[in-house]
Amino acid sequence: MAEIAHHHAEAEDPTNVTNPEHGSHHIVTPRVYAMVFGTLLLFTAITVIAAFIDLSWANPVIALFIACFKAVIVILFFMHVKYQSRLIKMTIASGFFMFISLIVMTLSDYISRSWGLW
Amino acid sequence: MDNTVATEHPHTHETAVHAEHTHVSLPQHRHHFETVEQQREAGSFGMWLFLLTEIMFFGGLFFAYLLYRNWYYDAFFTASNQLSIPLGTANTAILITSGFFMALAVWCAEVRKKDMLVWTLILTTVFGIAFLGIKYVEYHEKWEKHHIPGAHFDISEFVNPAAHGIKEKPLPPDMAQRTQVFFFLYFAMTGMHALHMIIGVGLLFWLIWRARRGDFSAGYVAPIENFGLYWHFVDIVWLFLFPLLYLINRHPLH
Amino acid sequence: MSSTATIVSLPDQATARLPKRSYLNNEDGLLSWLLTGDHKRIAILYLISITFFFFIGGAFAGLIRLELLTPQPDLVAADTYNKFFTMHGIIMVFLFLVPSVPATIGNFLIPIMVGAKDLAFPKINLLSWYLYVVGGIMVLAALVLGGVDTGWTFTTPLSTHYLNTHVITAALAIFVAGFSSIFTGLNFIVTIHRMRCPGMTWFRLPLFVWSNYAASLLMVLGTPVLAITLVLVLLERVFGIGVFDPTKGGDPLLFQHLFWFYSHPAVYIMILPGMGVISEIISTFSRKRVFGYTAVAFSSVAIALFGFFVWAHHMFIMGVSNYSALVFSLLTMLVAVPSAIKVFNWAFTLQKGSITFETPMLYAFGFLGLFTIGGLTGVFLGSLGMDIHLTETYFIVAHFHFVMVGGMLMAFLSGVHFWWPKMTGRMYPESLSKLAAVTTFIGFILTFMPQFILGYLGMPRRYHAYPPEYQVLNVLSTAGATVLGVGYMLPLLYLGWSLKYGAIAGDNPWQATGLEWQIQSPPLTENFIEIPIMDHEAYDYEWLEQKQKNEVTTVG
Repeated sequence: MAEIAHHHAEAEDPTNVTNPEHGSHHIVTPRVYAMVFGTLLLFTAITVIAAFIDLSWANPVIALFIACFKAVIVILFFMHVKYQSRLIKMTIASGFFMFISLIVMTLSDYISRSWGLW
Repeated sequence: MDNTVATEHPHTHETAVHAEHTHVSLPQHRHHFETVEQQREAGSFGMWLFLLTEIMFFGGLFFAYLLYRNWYYDAFFTASNQLSIPLGTANTAILITSGFFMALAVWCAEVRKKDMLVWTLILTTVFGIAFLGIKYVEYHEKWEKHHIPGAHFDISEFVNPAAHGIKEKPLPPDMAQRTQVFFFLYFAMTGMHALHMIIGVGLLFWLIWRARRGDFSAGYVAPIENFGLYWHFVDIVWLFLFPLLYLINRHPLH
Repeated sequence: MSSTATIVSLPDQATARLPKRSYLNNEDGLLSWLLTGDHKRIAILYLISITFFFFIGGAFAGLIRLELLTPQPDLVAADTYNKFFTMHGIIMVFLFLVPSVPATIGNFLIPIMVGAKDLAFPKINLLSWYLYVVGGIMVLAALVLGGVDTGWTFTTPLSTHYLNTHVITAALAIFVAGFSSIFTGLNFIVTIHRMRCPGMTWFRLPLFVWSNYAASLLMVLGTPVLAITLVLVLLERVFGIGVFDPTKGGDPLLFQHLFWFYSHPAVYIMILPGMGVISEIISTFSRKRVFGYTAVAFSSVAIALFGFFVWAHHMFIMGVSNYSALVFSLLTMLVAVPSAIKVFNWAFTLQKGSITFETPMLYAFGFLGLFTIGGLTGVFLGSLGMDIHLTETYFIVAHFHFVMVGGMLMAFLSGVHFWWPKMTGRMYPESLSKLAAVTTFIGFILTFMPQFILGYLGMPRRYHAYPPEYQVLNVLSTAGATVLGVGYMLPLLYLGWSLKYGAIAGDNPWQATGLEWQIQSPPLTENFIEIPIMDHEAYDYEWLEQKQKNEVTTVG
């Protein structure tokens, strides 16, 4: 009764719909977590220091770039996405795509309202 | 109830031989899922979809920030310089540490180390509360200086910084008024973030209680995993808030 | 086919009985309904609540039309009239149209259509319903406390600075109801991706599932932006910081960008599930597979995708830049294409089909005509030059009522009638239902066709007084509204009647394909005794014929 096995032999589920491309149960080790942790702290220090150096237009670019990099390693390792299915990866990509669309398309209105002032 | 792990579990459905290879069967297996694996993946997918809604939710605030920072850049960077770098950096480091412990907690659940799981969850909570504590200190300071937007907002520090011992360029009065927009976005964005942290801390207490009972050290990892996703997301939001709000323009004048 | 040209095939009423065990009698008591995890029971709960709100919204529509019978503002004060159309809009959009098909028919059918025992997250499904109810109660509270008069669009700075009505209550209400929508969409996406039965590939799914999937994407990605927008309006109202206030440096247009970023996809959230219903109906009542299945499936997703990029066509005259207006106008033209593809495919499905005219098909035909007209007028409005003259007039009102009422509401009624036998085990009286369908159609045309002309002639919307030369058209419109009201009352009456006295429907009264028609009516709580294995394409009428040939339906 407790042996909830696969309900159907694989021959009955050729499209493997029940668990298509399921993410492997890869267990990320504490060592990897520690390395990511260190990297995050390092880049926090870098971003703070960079804020004190005058690089005119490059300042916000660097700050955002570092923030994106940190976010990416949190997503890939702390949130395991590197080892997840394509579906999860596509889901995240679509989320960021929508976010970027919101920003870019709305911004295009504001920029085009005052050409030259941006 | 058979709870044994099939240690040689092949993990590939294509090579599973017959329909009886023992799967982990958990008491938390819901009847409408065919397998525990399907349930775990569905739960994870559902949590990611919820995080997508959170991205879009914060997205509106980020856009407002982007717009007004460009319109009122002088007001924004002057006001931003009022925020404390040491406190902000400390908070960032604290939140990253909290995230690190959360990731470890997921590992503990996966390898079924109950005591360590409880400890990592507790540390996650402690650092989360520390973050909120520092936030409170910062908010309190803003309250004292009358920098909370609204009827009592005080622009004197921006119009006449020298008189307050602040090494900044003075702003004309109407631009000084725009510092309210910065502070509104500061409170709205960090406040919304803090609200999510408070909810997270509340959930952590519940998870710690359940973890101590052994709920998550017998193979049922999903709640820890999915809460971890939520917690890391909240961390990521802060990773963006910190440079955008605190680090706009710190080069001398000072 | 019998000579009366119907495909309805009911069991012998002398011996037919409802199944002994079904989701309806599985458990007894109010709590078993209020604490259920069964998607079918939740669907029924939704059906009851949205019907309730529909009639309240309809009552406001009646009041609006009553005021507009005469050119003078003689029935109510201006503020009160504003409250009428605001409450009508809020209730109809957020409490009726958005949840209508997904939360009722979708909740009921999607697990069955994919071959699952329930949605992925039953408890979240129930939470979704409670959030809807709480949001609805809050809207009623706003109503009872004195109403809101901002229009359903909450435009700033009117809503944030110049009104002292219950904006906060209403905004909070919609915030809550929005999460109901988000959780429904989330549930659907996970279910459709991860809980299809063996053999159920994406391209064997009924098109109803594809449409709801596309709508769910919109719900999950778009609604949160509405949520944050409402939060900002609330904060602005309470603390007066100036995020939308020009005197304090804010931009009122920022509100509109964020609001319409959701509210345009919202209209696709509303119509896509309805289109899914129509695909099912047209196929069943032409006895033919849907023409161009792949095109229809992809067009649903295309509508969802493009629908995200056209929102500023609601803002052409509000102050967006010319460049922006051009881009959005162009994109609006593009978004019409997938909808048109669907209409063509439905038409080609009908061609050379064996068409019969049962009630769901009558509603579907109504949909085809009225949605096409409404959609085409949308193209007029998307064109920049025309929009400048037509916007904020009754042309807009007519346009969205054609697509939403002539389109979506008809699709909803079509679906309710089509799946009524499955949900309840009973058939409704066909002659009355046909009468209601025809009445609705006539009433609709009479109500809203004059409004196109009114708008074209220049009558502004949201005005309770107008120049006397517009009166004839307004009277026609109000007369139509009365007929429409009768048409909507009738289903309430005969569907209710059928619950006790309707004919026993049997498993498959329409002889339709689809997994839901292979199980009993009403279904078991767990839907299937054994998880099915899908081995044929959608709308496979040959497979159905084969199956029916081998079935034993009589004793001895």
